[in-house]
Amino acid sequence: MTSLWSQIEELLLHVEKPARYIGLERGAQHPPHDAQNVAWLLTYPDVYEVGFPNQGLQILYEIINEMPIGEAERAYAPWVDLEQVLREKQIPLFSVDTHRPAHEFDVIAFNLSSELVYTNVLNCIDLAGIPLRSHERSKNDPLVAAGGHCTYNPEPLAAFVDFFVLGDGEEVVSELTSAIHLWKTSKDETKTRNDLLALLSEIEGVYVPALYSSTLDANGNQVLNPIDESTPNLIEKRTIVDLEDWPYPKNQLVPITEVVHDRLNVEVFRGCTRGCRFCQAGMITRPVHERSLDQVRTMVTSGIKRTGYDQVALTSLSTADFSHIEKAVAAVGDDPMSCGQTSISLPSLRVDAFTVGIAATIQGGKRSGLTFAPEAGTWRMRQVINKLITEEDLYGAVESAFSQGWRRVKLYFLIGLPTETDEDTLGIAELAKNCVAIGKQHTKNASVTVSVGGFVPKPFTPFQWFGQNTTEELQRKVNLLKDATSSMRGVQLKWHDPKATVIEGVLSRGDRALSDLLEEVWKSGGTFQEWSEHFNIDRWLDAMAKLDLSVEWYAYRHRERSDPLPWDHLDAGLYKDFLWQEWRDALEEVGLEDCRWTPCYDCGACTGYGLDHVVASTSPPVGGSQGTWQNLEKGSDAPQLLTIRKKKEVEAKV
Amino acid sequence: MIHLRIRSSKAGKVRFASHRDIAKVWERTLRISNVPMIYSQGFSPRPKIAYGLALPTGSESDCEYIDIQIDNSENEFLNVEEVCASLNENLPIGIKINGVSIMEGKVPSLQQTVTSCIWDIAVNEDNTTVDSWLDTINTSSEIVIVRERKGKKVVDDIKPLVHSVRKKVKKEDGRVVVEAELGTQPRSLRPSEFLRSVEPSLTEYKLRRRKQIVEEGAKRLDPLEVAGATRMRTLIGAS
Repeated sequence: MTSLWSQIEELLLHVEKPARYIGLERGAQHPPHDAQNVAWLLTYPDVYEVGFPNQGLQILYEIINEMPIGEAERAYAPWVDLEQVLREKQIPLFSVDTHRPAHEFDVIAFNLSSELVYTNVLNCIDLAGIPLRSHERSKNDPLVAAGGHCTYNPEPLAAFVDFFVLGDGEEVVSELTSAIHLWKTSKDETKTRNDLLALLSEIEGVYVPALYSSTLDANGNQVLNPIDESTPNLIEKRTIVDLEDWPYPKNQLVPITEVVHDRLNVEVFRGCTRGCRFCQAGMITRPVHERSLDQVRTMVTSGIKRTGYDQVALTSLSTADFSHIEKAVAAVGDDPMSCGQTSISLPSLRVDAFTVGIAATIQGGKRSGLTFAPEAGTWRMRQVINKLITEEDLYGAVESAFSQGWRRVKLYFLIGLPTETDEDTLGIAELAKNCVAIGKQHTKNASVTVSVGGFVPKPFTPFQWFGQNTTEELQRKVNLLKDATSSMRGVQLKWHDPKATVIEGVLSRGDRALSDLLEEVWKSGGTFQEWSEHFNIDRWLDAMAKLDLSVEWYAYRHRERSDPLPWDHLDAGLYKDFLWQEWRDALEEVGLEDCRWTPCYDCGACTGYGLDHVVASTSPPVGGSQGTWQNLEKGSDAPQLLTIRKKKEVEAKV
Repeated sequence: MIHLRIRSSKAGKVRFASHRDIAKVWERTLRISNVPMIYSQGFSPRPKIAYGLALPTGSESDCEYIDIQIDNSENEFLNVEEVCASLNENLPIGIKINGVSIMEGKVPSLQQTVTSCIWDIAVNEDNTTVDSWLDTINTSSEIVIVRERKGKKVVDDIKPLVHSVRKKVKKEDGRVVVEAELGTQPRSLRPSEFLRSVEPSLTEYKLRRRKQIVEEGAKRLDPLEVAGATRMRTLIGAS
């Protein structure tokens, strides 16, 4: 392979933050290239400082490079300024490790963590200098792959990606590497690219969209069928049995320049069975598998020593639920390397007084802010979403935070949840006001930042049938909150642009017809759509109008149980019946307990795979209504029923 | 407590890391190398590290300095050379320690102490343009530039800051290289400002800071050799 460095070097004098493109991070690998090896270019389709910390990418980077037949390097989407000069000079997308051109790799693999990066995937494929659509690629072009949470509905990208991988990547990446290696080294010239794709589709968890044809049912819902009899009808996600077998990343990369989440990350468990009904991560990563305390300690100690980080995050979907949380936190503080200077952060902090107490003793001097996610403003609403936190839990946590010296607390909420009334929305402001009042008892500078995001229903959640709120409705709710909080001293309101929310919604549950939309938007210059300065809803709406696609159909309509879903050929381990029951229970405000500590209700994640939770403690953490005594009492009658909206209303939106 | 003044080079890909990025790299490398630092007191303790004059992002250098304070209370005979060897092992590719001194007593900061820097400036323009530019620089009695400072336009005569300037024989990647010694007090004259001062079209291809100089009376000293500094000789010539 060839290095493009001498060409790139000259361009870097004229772009913003050139350190994004130089590599050299501590832990970066420069695999010697062997033409017989399978070379992966692990690509994060957003800018370096956002993509760099991605743990999934770093884990695969290590696993592949440990294989004698594998080599992996990394790439990130070049920012618009560099992209422009790369195109002018006809320099392709490159790896940051050894600055090799993307098209010289065997596989270009993308991490998909949000819908709005899809157009960047197209842009990166194009910058790599290979044909945009799968069917246009020839035998010598790299394979284009994708993994990550968004692959649970990969259909909008089906035309551009050769294969998707569902679920945990730790095992499957080696199987893929071996299969590609075998194919590459066999001298059979009669084998085509399609033969290779068919071969890969035999690996569990691998979905090759080209092997399925799509038709529409009488209502216009996409239905997929295998073209060939030998192709599986259903693609099941991959789940590693025991996280303990995968102590990765062993050599977490340490950047040279500033990135987000710039700290040592140690994943303490994977999966979550709290059962929040809006949360896709909690549904698709089941069951819970914890690491042992010993392994967490080792990873913390060796990580601090190797990286020089003075901040450690114990990561998971809900870290306070880790059986050994107290000892793990203590392990960070006691580490000999940390000299008492290491701070710990616990992302995904549940409102649980115990956790705040721990955080207070450890976080030392660095008290930037604490974030809690009550998600909804009223108990009734939280019952609908099965986030069973009482107001008292929240106030207790906020009380501890302010009493321990914090001055700023951030609260995350969703608006546009199923059955939400204005009372529920305004409940958010009420909670914030009460939290400020609690804070004022401790510091006169107490402030509460309320961050609201519009709810986007995701595949493989109980809310996958829900028609999301319109942009106008979300904006109205934001305005309600703006009015309600404008006179509240100490409350700052922040909100996610409802216009971006609706596009996320379209893509989240979209089908193959959206490939044209993505191409159209990308062609019109719509990259970096996650960045508010680059997002422009008109670009999307104009393209949808041109292609005769309707927002109403993709995002706003309620789906019926009988409606085929674009991801019906994929299996996240959850029974559809379970999800439907949860959807009905949500509408009736019936809660569901955490199955880690209560009998199995058979969602499918364990039973279907012969898996079990790997949890050290058989009893839930103490304290709070999220503890032993979950309050599953019904709140009240649902104030509104979900009905298909009237035709007139629908037409007004189209 | 030991006060070390370390000199290092910066070359290759890492030249695109900013001065601020490199500051953080040093902090982490000191931790990784197990160097016992002295921390500031207060709410948010920081290791006591002082950085020298900022190097423009994209420039190479043979002479970047930092001052660090090491806590040797646990180990009286802390071996400075071992410390530097360990740092060299852990610094990113392209950054290498090439000199170190132990500083005694109260030493003025690097920013106050350095009076000029010698730069190699490879320019994109041809010989003729460079010659006429050099001619103008050398014959003008004053060179007035307008630069922005804290949002205000300020007019400065930079001629007193141009200590010397000449064209080098050796080229860099086929580009003409100008060697210039530019003053840093009361405010540094940046090579890019200097280039554009009389010829707006002149642009740098690559910069390399060759030397930082402290003028003490008639003496011109390396910051590793100022009063109070004891040079660790064995490190000289370290690559």
